[in-house]
Amino acid sequence: MPADLRLEKLRKEFASPEGVTVVAVDDVSLEAEKGALVTLLGPSGCGKTTLLRMIAGFEEPTSGKIWFGDRRVDELAPNVRDTAMVFQSYAIFPHLNVYENVAFGLRMHGVSKSELAERVGQVLELVGLTKMAKRAPSQLSGGQQQRVALARCIVMQPKLLLFDEPLSNLDAKLREQMRVEIRDLQQRLGITSVYVTHDQIEAMAMSDVVVVMNAGRVEQVGSPREIYARPVSRFVADFIGDANFLPGVLLDARTVRIAGATLTLADPCQERPGSNVVVVARPEAMNLARAAEHDERAAGTLFGAVKRTMFLGTIARYMVEVGGLPDLQVDVASPAETGLLAPGTHVSLAPGALHALADA
Amino acid sequence: MFKRAWQELRIIARDPILLALIVLIMAALVVFVVWPLARVLLTAFQAPDGSFSLSNFELLGQRRLYRNALRNSLVVGGLVGLVGVVIGYVAAFVLTRTNVPFKRVLHTLVMLPIISPPFAGAISILFLFGFNGLVTRQLFGLTNFSIYGMHGVVLSQVFTFAPIAYLNLRGVLAGLNPTLEDAALNVGASRWQVFWRVIFPLSLPGVASAFLVVLIESMADFGNPLVLGGAAFPMLATQAYLEITGSFNLARGAMLAGVLLLPSITAFAIQRYYLAKRQYVTVTGKPTASTSKIVSPAAKWSLYGVVVAFAVVVIAFYAVILLGAVTRVWGFDYTLDLRHFRYVFAVGWETVKDTLIVAVLTTPVSGLLGMLIAFLVVRRRFPGRAPMEFMSILNFAVPGTVAGIGYILAFNGPPLILTGTLAILVLNFVFRYVPVGIQSGIAVLRQIDPAIEEAAQNLGANAITTFRRITLPLIAPAFFSGLVFAFVRAMTAISAAIFLVSANWNLMTVQILNEVGSGRLGVAAAYSMVLLAIVLVAFGVINLIVGRGAEDATSVRF
Repeated sequence: MPADLRLEKLRKEFASPEGVTVVAVDDVSLEAEKGALVTLLGPSGCGKTTLLRMIAGFEEPTSGKIWFGDRRVDELAPNVRDTAMVFQSYAIFPHLNVYENVAFGLRMHGVSKSELAERVGQVLELVGLTKMAKRAPSQLSGGQQQRVALARCIVMQPKLLLFDEPLSNLDAKLREQMRVEIRDLQQRLGITSVYVTHDQIEAMAMSDVVVVMNAGRVEQVGSPREIYARPVSRFVADFIGDANFLPGVLLDARTVRIAGATLTLADPCQERPGSNVVVVARPEAMNLARAAEHDERAAGTLFGAVKRTMFLGTIARYMVEVGGLPDLQVDVASPAETGLLAPGTHVSLAPGALHALADA
Repeated sequence: MFKRAWQELRIIARDPILLALIVLIMAALVVFVVWPLARVLLTAFQAPDGSFSLSNFELLGQRRLYRNALRNSLVVGGLVGLVGVVIGYVAAFVLTRTNVPFKRVLHTLVMLPIISPPFAGAISILFLFGFNGLVTRQLFGLTNFSIYGMHGVVLSQVFTFAPIAYLNLRGVLAGLNPTLEDAALNVGASRWQVFWRVIFPLSLPGVASAFLVVLIESMADFGNPLVLGGAAFPMLATQAYLEITGSFNLARGAMLAGVLLLPSITAFAIQRYYLAKRQYVTVTGKPTASTSKIVSPAAKWSLYGVVVAFAVVVIAFYAVILLGAVTRVWGFDYTLDLRHFRYVFAVGWETVKDTLIVAVLTTPVSGLLGMLIAFLVVRRRFPGRAPMEFMSILNFAVPGTVAGIGYILAFNGPPLILTGTLAILVLNFVFRYVPVGIQSGIAVLRQIDPAIEEAAQNLGANAITTFRRITLPLIAPAFFSGLVFAFVRAMTAISAAIFLVSANWNLMTVQILNEVGSGRLGVAAAYSMVLLAIVLVAFGVINLIVGRGAEDATSVRF
């Protein structure tokens, strides 16, 4: 059975006002399995929204194909594509009440009166808006508006659910709550979804598959864990979470020499031994410990001194100066229990979960 | 280039109704806007034998009458523009930036001339300053004073068009961020300096724009010169009319129309493509106190005096018309008498009915077409989008006289004969008055998140359903102003209509001019009152039907 959504070398060029052709989406190929939530993640201007809008039919691809199952849709008008989209601005019809907003799509499809009432009722129940059915959109809070937008989509039982940064207008607390709600609902209904966001935490929390995009291209496709642990490029490593980049020389597939210390990689590196590499070291896996000034150089350990200390509640963040390396960010959990290190304290670092990238 | 056009066409074609609609509108614009205009120019450049020639324009150098007409039109236009803008600026400043009593009442009064026939002022002036005028004859006993000529035309045009300047400048002054004043005062500028160095320069593009709008209106005006110009003071619009209906000389009429067209189009182009981009409207969405601190109480109250004086003139003029309508014979027998109204409802009833039919047909068609074009222009990409926008607002710049002559030239013979029909009046009005709806539609649409319409499409609505169910309700205020404008103008139109009326279909405005011409001022006044009453009732009815746009009624751009 073909994937629910398949993009084939999809490309979008815009003519800039100066007459230069700008490639917004650069030959992207992608598949989404049935029921999966695929996130398009990247900085603003990376082409993720353009890609989503091409799937919905609001932008015309310059070339390439879009398949929903075995049906090719890139030549179809947006209103016959069987997608439902949650817009960044929600795009709730301001002149219709909650019920009519949700019913709109069904009316467009000529659904019978009784079925319409039943389906709208069910969906309002599902998103907890039954009591708000007669309200005007302007009388709703941001979170409620968000639920209306969502309800309006899922009532259609679409082939494909599209999200265009739907949570970016909500405050932090509500965002986390809605994140869970959306993911819950999506899994319960099993609707294949494409979700655009620039928030890497949101992407990690919700996705089955994350597609990291940069400058119109796909940098990496993988599960959140894969992408975090084994980024294919410096861009991905930097964009997903925090990362220290340590210049080193590869000794063999599993070991690398950094600032005089020999460290072990978490996964084998395909580069030729002896070549220069950049090693990704996550701040939370640095295994920081207090050390004497002239401690013995153990294998797999770096030595340095704390330069700056920040208390962030759940973690303590240190900037550690190590000879021959850029300053390293080191996060230590539960600082309230373990205590803070003052600047100037000598420390040892035994970084784990290391991942090597070819030196670009 | 062609590739893009083809691509856009391909996308539009996925919605066949949309494609058909675009083609239809384009065709209609070409036939009913461009073609009549082209006919005017073609005829103007034609020798009697049909060959291309400049001979008609050579007459402009040879005949003093035509030269004078051109000069008079330009001088009057400039003068009216100047005085109108001064009055408009003062009124706009006082009513938007100072705290004075009766602002709403004054606003309504200042606006009143806009919704009455464009020569109501002229009738009033005849009552007051004519040969049997209340002021000239009764009060001062003058017998050798003549109101006819430049002073009469300028006076009535200032009365008619200063409100248009006011309306334009009101938006400009209200849009200036008041904190600019505070900032200037804060760095030590005197109040006088703040006005001349900050406020006035910021509003200057608006001032220039208002001046040009009034200039265009004045040059295109037909009723006032016809009533008050007199034989010794020819003007372009009236002269073109006389050439055609008086001496049946279409070519010369077309030539004069062409001459009239040139300054209008130029002024329009400057206003639209140069000044419009230089307007400093600083809308921030933050509520700001808008009371100006730069006027001293003395200055404030003297400016207020100017506005009140204008409002008093408005009241006086309408009171005089009302009095004239219920007076047996003005100047001789001031007995109260309803005979003029009886005459209007007995003899003139057909005309009232015709006018209503034309206006009632024009209004919804023009209103809907305006919203539809605005929707297409703002929200759809298709080849010919820019020409569509241009063609549809071109009539802003075309004086009514020119449009009227164009229609008789274009539709007097095959393939499309419309002369003497209801259709020619309705079509002319629809396409003449659609630009205002389009403009306000475009302005409102640009402020509405396109995602709302995309959402409708995404949920399965096609382009037309989206327009009907989503766009139209959202732009109801613009729709309302489009409807009101179309109705008011259809009721009060004269300059184009006078060429297009016939024995079967006559209009009240034309009838009013006829009555004035035959000296029956009382009947003319009664007609004017009936017309004004109909317009006011229609305001209410349209407001009731379209709803919601109520507060926007005051921001209609005329």
